[in-house]
Amino acid sequence: MDLSEINFAVLVASLIVASTPLVLAALGELIVEKSGVLNLGVEGMMIIGAVAGFIVGVETGSAYIGMMAAAMAGALLSLLFAFIILIMQANQVASGLALTIFGLGIAALMGHPYTGIKSPQISTISIPFISEIPVLGTMFFQHDLIVYLSLISVLVIWYFLNRMRAGLIVRSVGEDHDVAHSLGYRVVTIRFLAITFGGAMAGVGGGYLSLVRVPQWTEGMTAGAGWIALALVVFSGWRPFRLLIGAYIFGGITILQLNLQAIGVNINIALLSMAPYLATILALVVISMSRFRGNRGAPGCLGRSFVKIT
Amino acid sequence: MRQFMKYFSASFLFISMVITSSIAIAADYKVGFIYIGPPGDHGWNYQHDVGRKAVDEAFGDKVETVFQENVPESADAERVMTQMALSGADMIFATSFGYMEPVLNVAKKFPKVKFEHATGYMTADNVSTYSARFYEGRTVAGHIAGKMTKSNTIGYVASYPIPEVVRGINSAYLAAKKANPNVEFKVIWIFTWYDPAKEADAAKTLISQGADVILQHVDSSAIMTVAEEAGVYAFGQASDMSAFGPNAHLTAIINGWAPYYVKKVKQGMDGTWKGAEQTFDGIGAGMVIIGPLSDKIPDSVKKEAMEIRDGIASGTLHSFTGPINKQDGSPWLKAGETADMGTLLGMNFYVEGIEGDIPQ
Repeated sequence: MDLSEINFAVLVASLIVASTPLVLAALGELIVEKSGVLNLGVEGMMIIGAVAGFIVGVETGSAYIGMMAAAMAGALLSLLFAFIILIMQANQVASGLALTIFGLGIAALMGHPYTGIKSPQISTISIPFISEIPVLGTMFFQHDLIVYLSLISVLVIWYFLNRMRAGLIVRSVGEDHDVAHSLGYRVVTIRFLAITFGGAMAGVGGGYLSLVRVPQWTEGMTAGAGWIALALVVFSGWRPFRLLIGAYIFGGITILQLNLQAIGVNINIALLSMAPYLATILALVVISMSRFRGNRGAPGCLGRSFVKIT
Repeated sequence: MRQFMKYFSASFLFISMVITSSIAIAADYKVGFIYIGPPGDHGWNYQHDVGRKAVDEAFGDKVETVFQENVPESADAERVMTQMALSGADMIFATSFGYMEPVLNVAKKFPKVKFEHATGYMTADNVSTYSARFYEGRTVAGHIAGKMTKSNTIGYVASYPIPEVVRGINSAYLAAKKANPNVEFKVIWIFTWYDPAKEADAAKTLISQGADVILQHVDSSAIMTVAEEAGVYAFGQASDMSAFGPNAHLTAIINGWAPYYVKKVKQGMDGTWKGAEQTFDGIGAGMVIIGPLSDKIPDSVKKEAMEIRDGIASGTLHSFTGPINKQDGSPWLKAGETADMGTLLGMNFYVEGIEGDIPQ
């Protein structure tokens, strides 16, 4: 065992790459939940984004067009969910689960001719000057565009929710849709928009998986990332920056685990593989303990159907 | 809405009936296959599907093959095989280690159906097992890896700590060490056969720790893609994977199931099939095939690799020839002695020189 064999700069860089799909999908879900909707279909929207992004990426030869297609595919699928729960007033939990199952199935069908094909490459963008800083440069400033975008969206979403009027409206709809409605805000429209945004973000997260992180299309390749994204939202207490940290911790444990194995550390691997999930559960328990209640940021109307009283 | 649901469930029922009935078309002889992943993985499952198609081709209309992909190694496998047996399958090939218990359970319920279980070790009157001596291929790969590495660090992405995988690591290590005494192995266990993202992460980690040749005992081609991007070498697993890494791909250890499947189906049809048999074939019988060698490999190394391959095929060479010590230094094989079948099939120790522990 020789810890010096682990290149920590590369470790941090790869944990960022590993976490980026989670960050993107979870940020989208954060907005959805802030508007009072619980969409458990993140996994389904991610995989549909992964397959659509890959197909379009391969056909057009451009990974960026692929990413856009991934966003659109995720958004399209989420529209289905929005229609079912907002117009048909169906149960959100059941509809979200159905969306996941549907997405996994249709993605497998669509992707069938595309297994075993190489995807176009996304080049990394080294930020001038600061990417040359030893260690720090490798860690943070030699990534692809999507990684930078994910970090910027954390900032933008924080600003949107906490400093902008529109963000306040979204939050008010999520806290109490009846009051928001009586104030004249269009609850259904706002939720529609939020759900679509969430779908697009999940789609990009999926596209990042199939176009950058792996990069190839394989059936069921999200392998539960959507569920982790959902847990991260709760873990973060619906706060964008905590969400980012949570995602990086999750990705970090995963990558660290592999690194420790490679240097031959005698550890219980099953336990380490379990660690990220265990940490998530523990965080959920801590957050839901009474001392923190009231402060944990769950929107008041989360998961409740809005029935217009006229 | 209720009306809609009614129509929806009615049409769903109809579709599932159409699917089931299409499975139940009668042919003289029906053979079922269950796969752990999709045949489109270009790895393990792909080759089993190649074998299935060879059966189709060999017997034409006389045999009908059906297959089910993505069958988990759980009660689901039992359900799928029961369904196959009920819809008239005469022979079922279960193509993953973890189907062992399910196969034995279903075989008990359907004594007339013949079961063939890949890589397992438990048999019954109507269950035979078959496996390939993949480790023979890994001896060839290990030799090439030892010669090709410049950093003297070879990465190995392993799936589950079962004898088959441990055997492969030992075999590759012994050959690499012989080819290059300075070589060092780094092994990562990812506890899955098929998770492209995890496989890619593991390969990236190994590369970041200095490995410039990667061996894999997991099923997808993700590692080849990663190796190509990072400019290191890798070996195709189960299938030729050169399409994913034209520069990275050194050679592939290809599984050749087709001759075996055709033979067994033929035996099943003319009544000569026997249960409780254990087949364990290697390069000699064509169950393990060394793919084309990359131009990146120097001619001298190519020649050595081919000599090793031919030596193993003709039986003059054995992957595990003493003197070999176990990891803890205790002697295993004396000079000139070769490993016996029992030890190989139950191998649960590293040979001397490999660092780290096999996870329990």
